[in-house]
Amino acid sequence: MSNKTPINANPYGDDFPTQRAILGTDEPLRLDCGVDLSDFPMAYQTYGTLNDDKSNAILVAHALTGDQFVADINPVTGKPGWWTTMVGPGKPIDTDKYFIICSNVLGGCMGTIGPAAINPETGAPWGVDFPVITIGDIVRAQVLLLDHLGIENLFSVIGGSMGGMQALEWAAAYPERVFSCVPIATAATHSAQNIAFYEVGRQAIMADPQWCGGRYLQEGQKPRAGLSVARMAAHITYMSETALTQKFGRRLQDRDAVTFGFEADFQIESYLRHQGTSFVERFDANSYLYVTRAMDYFDLATTHGKGKLAEVFKETEIRFCVVSFSSDWHYLPEDSRVIVRGLTGAGANVSYVDVVSDKGHDAFLLDEPDFERVLNGFLEGAARRRGLSS
Amino acid sequence: MNSAKAIRVDLQVIADLIEPGSRVLDVGCADGQLLDYLVTEKDVRGRGLEISQEGVNRCVERGLSVVQGDAEEDLGYYPDDAFHFVILSQTLQATHHPDQIVKDLLRLGKRAIVSFPNFGHWRVRSYLFFNGRMPVNETLPYQWYNSPNMHFCTIKDFIVMCDEMGVTIERSIALDADGQAHRIRTNLFFANLLGEQAVFLLRKD
Repeated sequence: MSNKTPINANPYGDDFPTQRAILGTDEPLRLDCGVDLSDFPMAYQTYGTLNDDKSNAILVAHALTGDQFVADINPVTGKPGWWTTMVGPGKPIDTDKYFIICSNVLGGCMGTIGPAAINPETGAPWGVDFPVITIGDIVRAQVLLLDHLGIENLFSVIGGSMGGMQALEWAAAYPERVFSCVPIATAATHSAQNIAFYEVGRQAIMADPQWCGGRYLQEGQKPRAGLSVARMAAHITYMSETALTQKFGRRLQDRDAVTFGFEADFQIESYLRHQGTSFVERFDANSYLYVTRAMDYFDLATTHGKGKLAEVFKETEIRFCVVSFSSDWHYLPEDSRVIVRGLTGAGANVSYVDVVSDKGHDAFLLDEPDFERVLNGFLEGAARRRGLSS
Repeated sequence: MNSAKAIRVDLQVIADLIEPGSRVLDVGCADGQLLDYLVTEKDVRGRGLEISQEGVNRCVERGLSVVQGDAEEDLGYYPDDAFHFVILSQTLQATHHPDQIVKDLLRLGKRAIVSFPNFGHWRVRSYLFFNGRMPVNETLPYQWYNSPNMHFCTIKDFIVMCDEMGVTIERSIALDADGQAHRIRTNLFFANLLGEQAVFLLRKD
């Protein structure tokens, strides 16, 4: 796509360059809220080659604002995939060795059914009539995709942040289909603080008059300001104080003195505004509502373990590698330790590293050599166990 | 694959105490040398706990299952009787509550193996006696003010503690300066004097 995608275009058209499956055809997907979804599209990308016994498949689960373009050019932004540091030939998630699948999550806006998709019953975009989804629903939809691809067992399920929640949900709900699991910079449930931050974002979107009660696509509008503010608020939680100070401090943007007004005087303001507006170009506001809600509802122990994480993973055979980053205050290292303690209590096969980093939550997306070494080492060890390498 | 790995002599003494195929937790497993040996040479189902990120990185790179954590905080999260052997090698002296740690080890494992540098060794004694200063040597490489070690003990001290705690010493071995292993029971006085390091195999009564 050489020309810029119009912002209201819903890139679901058949010419949107992604792989796609129609799922829920034999039997609908029953969502946690009770609604059935049938014959729905799921967009995904694959990299590498599936081996003959189909034992080298890795599902990479994306984070809140990610998408299926993990290691190739994103057709909407024209930028490289979001995890090219990790996924590629010779990278820790080695496309020469493994078959990597990354799907756009249920409720997303890059080709999988979500609030911006057309509701076949009305012929109009779903908007807020789209059923509320959960991380469990997202994973069950991914299970349908794997069935569609004829893959019974995942060598690994790997994800950071919301991707880590999906990885944990896979391990909890489908232990027989997962050999190893890598939850990164994530939590087994949202804290009140997490919910609070995402509520600020949702309220910003819904307070934008152009949100039009969720029907902005029909109205030819888009709640740019609201979605942009939501992104700005969330983005602050993805960076550490140290990273912010190093990158921006109190430096001024293209000027020598403050203007005594509300222009973006400071570089950090200008940066956040840029983050906000560029996000609006590629993300659907209602998707943001739905996917953040799914994260708020996530509570692994309650859903699968009668309130106890150790109960969730009782007798699991999965090999786990949990990773946190020391300066992450969105999902604290302590949140990871809670997961590790649950796994430990269950007697599970678990490794855990708290990577020393000053980059905050975003560290998992950035160049962190220690993190790469850990992931590489863990996957190598697991691959030897699985007989994928000598 | 076919040639057995060579590991540090005190670690070899520990490894020799462990039955093949057993479940093992190595507390303070450092870079995983012992755990790796046990997994590859003795078909052990091994787990590790290590405080340093560098150590855990090395372990995970080796394909070992190791959790980054502090023994004194994290051992409590392991279930009772989860392991056949729990190892605490060269770490006891760096803990706040050695007696509590030993108790925890025996809660988690049917048996515990504890090794530590012997503060009763003659060279330690004579260093202190003649120099009037805390000894610094190859096995005790720190100055008193920067040492991670806070609870040095002698072989005799350890035996007394085990007696008081009602812990049974199944095997006790002293390693002399040449790395030769000696059974302690035969002569405690000489073991305490000549042993640079000690390895104890413990179990609950």
